[in-house]
Amino acid sequence: MDLIDVREVRVAHSRADMVLRPGERAMGGGTWLYSEPQPGLTGILDLTSMGWEPVTRTSETITVAATCTIETLRALPEPLFEQCADSLLASWKIQRTATVGGNIALALPAGPMTSLASALDGIAVIWTADGGERRVPVTEFVTGVVTTVLAPGEILRAIEIPAASLHRTAFRRIARSPMGRTGTLVIGRMDTSGETVITVTGGTTRPRQLRFDAAPGAEDVASAVDAIDDWYDDPHGAPDWRRAMSMLFAEQIRQELS
Amino acid sequence: MKFTINDETVEAEAQPGQVLRSLLRELDHFDVKKGCDAGDCGACTVLLDGGAVHSCLVPVHRLEGSSVTTVSGLGTADAPHPMQQSFVAAGGFQCGFCTAGLVVTASTFTEDDHDDLPRLLKGNLCRCTGYRSIHDAIIGVSNTATASAGEAAGASIAPPAAMRVVTGTEPFTLDVKTTGLVHLAVLGSPHPHARIVSIDPSAAESIDGVHAVLTHHDSPGVHFSTGRHEDRNDDPDDSLVFDRILRFRGQRVAAVVADTVRIAELALAAIAVEYELLPAVFDPQRAREPGAPLVHGDKGPESRIAAPERNTVAEFHGELGDVDAAVASAAASVSGTWTTPRVNHVALEAHATRGWIDADGRLVLRTSSQVPFLVRDELCHIFGLEPERVRVFTARVGGGFGGKQELLTEDLVTLAVMKTGRAVQYEFTREDEFTLAPTRHPMQVSVTVAASADGTLTALAVDQLMDTGAYGNHGIGVMFHSIHESVEVYRCANKRVDAQSVYTNNLPSGAFRGYGLGQVIYAIESALDELARELDIDPFELRRRNVIVPGDNFVVTDAEAQSDLSMASYGLDQCLDLAEAALDHSLTGPVGWPVGTGMALAMIATIAPRGHFATATVSVLDDGGGVVTDAVFEIAVGTAEFGNGTTTVHTQLVATALGTTVDRIRIRQSDTDATSYDSGAFGSAGVVVAGKALLVAAERLHETIDRDGLSVGLSATADHDGTPRSVSFNVHAFRVAVNPATGEVQILQSIQAADAGVVLNPEQLRGQIEGGTAQAIGSALFEEVLLDGEGRVTTTALRNYYVPRFVDLPVTEVLFADTFDPLGPLGAKSMSEAPYNPVAPALANAIRDAMGVRSFELPMSRDRLWRLASAQES
Repeated sequence: MDLIDVREVRVAHSRADMVLRPGERAMGGGTWLYSEPQPGLTGILDLTSMGWEPVTRTSETITVAATCTIETLRALPEPLFEQCADSLLASWKIQRTATVGGNIALALPAGPMTSLASALDGIAVIWTADGGERRVPVTEFVTGVVTTVLAPGEILRAIEIPAASLHRTAFRRIARSPMGRTGTLVIGRMDTSGETVITVTGGTTRPRQLRFDAAPGAEDVASAVDAIDDWYDDPHGAPDWRRAMSMLFAEQIRQELS
Repeated sequence: MKFTINDETVEAEAQPGQVLRSLLRELDHFDVKKGCDAGDCGACTVLLDGGAVHSCLVPVHRLEGSSVTTVSGLGTADAPHPMQQSFVAAGGFQCGFCTAGLVVTASTFTEDDHDDLPRLLKGNLCRCTGYRSIHDAIIGVSNTATASAGEAAGASIAPPAAMRVVTGTEPFTLDVKTTGLVHLAVLGSPHPHARIVSIDPSAAESIDGVHAVLTHHDSPGVHFSTGRHEDRNDDPDDSLVFDRILRFRGQRVAAVVADTVRIAELALAAIAVEYELLPAVFDPQRAREPGAPLVHGDKGPESRIAAPERNTVAEFHGELGDVDAAVASAAASVSGTWTTPRVNHVALEAHATRGWIDADGRLVLRTSSQVPFLVRDELCHIFGLEPERVRVFTARVGGGFGGKQELLTEDLVTLAVMKTGRAVQYEFTREDEFTLAPTRHPMQVSVTVAASADGTLTALAVDQLMDTGAYGNHGIGVMFHSIHESVEVYRCANKRVDAQSVYTNNLPSGAFRGYGLGQVIYAIESALDELARELDIDPFELRRRNVIVPGDNFVVTDAEAQSDLSMASYGLDQCLDLAEAALDHSLTGPVGWPVGTGMALAMIATIAPRGHFATATVSVLDDGGGVVTDAVFEIAVGTAEFGNGTTTVHTQLVATALGTTVDRIRIRQSDTDATSYDSGAFGSAGVVVAGKALLVAAERLHETIDRDGLSVGLSATADHDGTPRSVSFNVHAFRVAVNPATGEVQILQSIQAADAGVVLNPEQLRGQIEGGTAQAIGSALFEEVLLDGEGRVTTTALRNYYVPRFVDLPVTEVLFADTFDPLGPLGAKSMSEAPYNPVAPALANAIRDAMGVRSFELPMSRDRLWRLASAQES
């Protein structure tokens, strides 16, 4: 929709353009920003013109630019990318424009790019206002419902995913309808070391990670899920159901990975 | 900025923050629709550099050098795109508002995509069809037919507008250019109950581009109701164009008229308002108790509110026989309380009106309405205008479902046009649709049923409480309708009915498909299902033993009541047999999911009570050289087309009576200038009232032609007064599998048997029944307008209010009873609201059968069903 308070849209071409002005907000694809009224938003800084390489792969790391579209990410070979892309309520037509960084920086509990990046121990690369850079695990980057660690003037640049995290993964998701907005989304993975990591998103206000040095038992997983205390309540699912579904899926994933 | 639209280079100037969708419409590309403006519905889909995008989310600053293709760029009526042809052949639309976006989206699919349609179509919402016909269009199935002269009735004729709809050239309400148009935006109340102490519009008035600021100081003092009926006395006079008292959040405080929507919306912040807060009530139970804050305590008897001092807009209490004694002596009895939530219509075209003064100085309104004549008459009442000085008409309307049997935008536009002399437009946003437009009435319905050991029903008691919200539009009619056909369909010696419609400070409720019946039918049919279990009688059999049959009276609680309702035809027995026979008890779901079957029935009068009037004319436009099949005829009729398919049936009736083909019929409709009167398209009356009048007019014209020969200007007019009335029947059956561990429901089979009399257009009727089923599955499993307990709607966008997508709906088997109704045109009965009503209880009964435990509330969402299953386990 037309954003009626916006008086200027700047298109970023270099880091020098990245100094945010009062009332201005950085934008990826813009598919969320333009989908709701944005009272008080007077300026937009479009990052998609920066020309960042969407995906760079080395043997150790997959670096996903914040401006990589969800469609591009979905095409990566490991199944988890497609599973997470398809978890977005929004259509494939929107995934052509929506960006990985935009989805994470928006920090909605149901943001599937947050699910993906946090489950894989992704690191958020942040460009700081003073021209520097800092790194924060995605599990800590999202601090609550639409809140992040981004300080004023900071911009999410990329997500670095350790390639080893994709060794073995398992995925479960439920919504109140087959393709609806996520009620809870649980991703498990087992690394070559045997370390097992189960990450709950969507059902909680922020990513919650359960880590086990070795393959956990049913009770280990159950008590770890039971310790989670921030089950989310919105029209997409009641907190008790989200907790129970997360419990169910965590156990299914434990069995699948063991 | 330079880019191309449908291969034409355009140079355009855009506003910062603007999106492609609004720019395209500014450039007169009205084939691009605004459905939600938020990326959720897909109605605005266009191709951007060859790829499908939702144009409401495309920032204009990225357009330089790009190419845009809209649905009219894909193909034209003369040279349609294959997908456009497919949508016509399949009958792949009803109202057609989603069609442009769907055609553009589907135009990008390959045959390989056919297996992936659930995912590929999740961003395209259709509220009318239930998606079966859209699926047919995409995979190339043809469902429509042509008919030779005189043979149109009974054939699956495509809608007259079909090719225009699929090519984006059929204009909806706002799809025309009006020079000098200005726009209106509304300041809504931030409080659920307050009095405006003072209001100062001066700062807003001085903003550049603002033409007027309207407040309660400008409002005519005439009370009215936004709900529209044939008799204006059917609704309480409790509303004003602007009221100094605000009774729900979002109620109009002031309006700004300005050059653009943006200026108007920005100017709202400059209006200074001082409010005095008043105590508010949000719970209908609390609202009717002594000491509750009064919503309309200032009103007197002239408002026709039953008891303003008890927040009661209407109530009914009656008893036949002795229910308590019957229950006491029954072999089995069942009691329970069922609740249904607010449901939003989600017509994809929002409420909108454009108004101006024409060359003769008349006020003209082009509006998204089901009832243009009733709107005209009420505007005349409110503003003291003469009917000859007002013209109200609709173009094609993008969905209604009862939501446009209201006067929500027309009064403000009238006031703004009168004040400024300008052409003025007021269009609801999708958020307005959720926060301002009336919803389906939420109800709490307690039912007791009892029977003897052989299954003879001995007691039926209903106690219904409904929240009509801050205003009583339809709050009386819905209450009375809710307890009529639902109760009348059963023969029972002892009946008791209590019903109460109460005011609260929540957003108003209003007319919704089924008009109150569905909520009460859900409760009664659920209770009867439990009673059948208690008695160990098959639920179909229990119905057969107790439903009314020809010769019975229609009895709520007065056995001697007389009305104009009759069983002119009866197909309920056939519907029960058809649905039962179609059920496949061998179907199973995933391993570990228990399965179950369930059924429910519904009866509905074919016409709304208390009069429904239509006048229609058929005339000869071109004599065709004296050959009837070469002649061109015009029909003039009041009925609006909003996906009801009535227009198609009207052409079929007239072509049949005149012995010609439908392509020889021209249509003037839904315009107070087209005919002298029509009560409107509600109560499913388009075929049986206006259609009947048209048929009679066509038959008269045919007689004249037989006698005098064909000549231009010959015409015949006929009326229908909507009485006497008949009844239609629907039976729905489901087989489902339920996962108790998650609450997931898989519909294994969905069957609806309908008694619609003679079927005039099988494909269209199938579409109506599928669409009604789809909307009801939404109500049964997903949809709920949520409030925060203080009158604040929290589901304000389609992403938070889930309407069924392609993936969510089964293909429903549609079966027709073989009946002939002597009251309807060529034996037909109405069938628009009816299919919705039996679906939720049938699904609830099937889920109960599978789970072994009953849900007493809608929607039966996964979290609720999981909770039920877990409680049962523990």
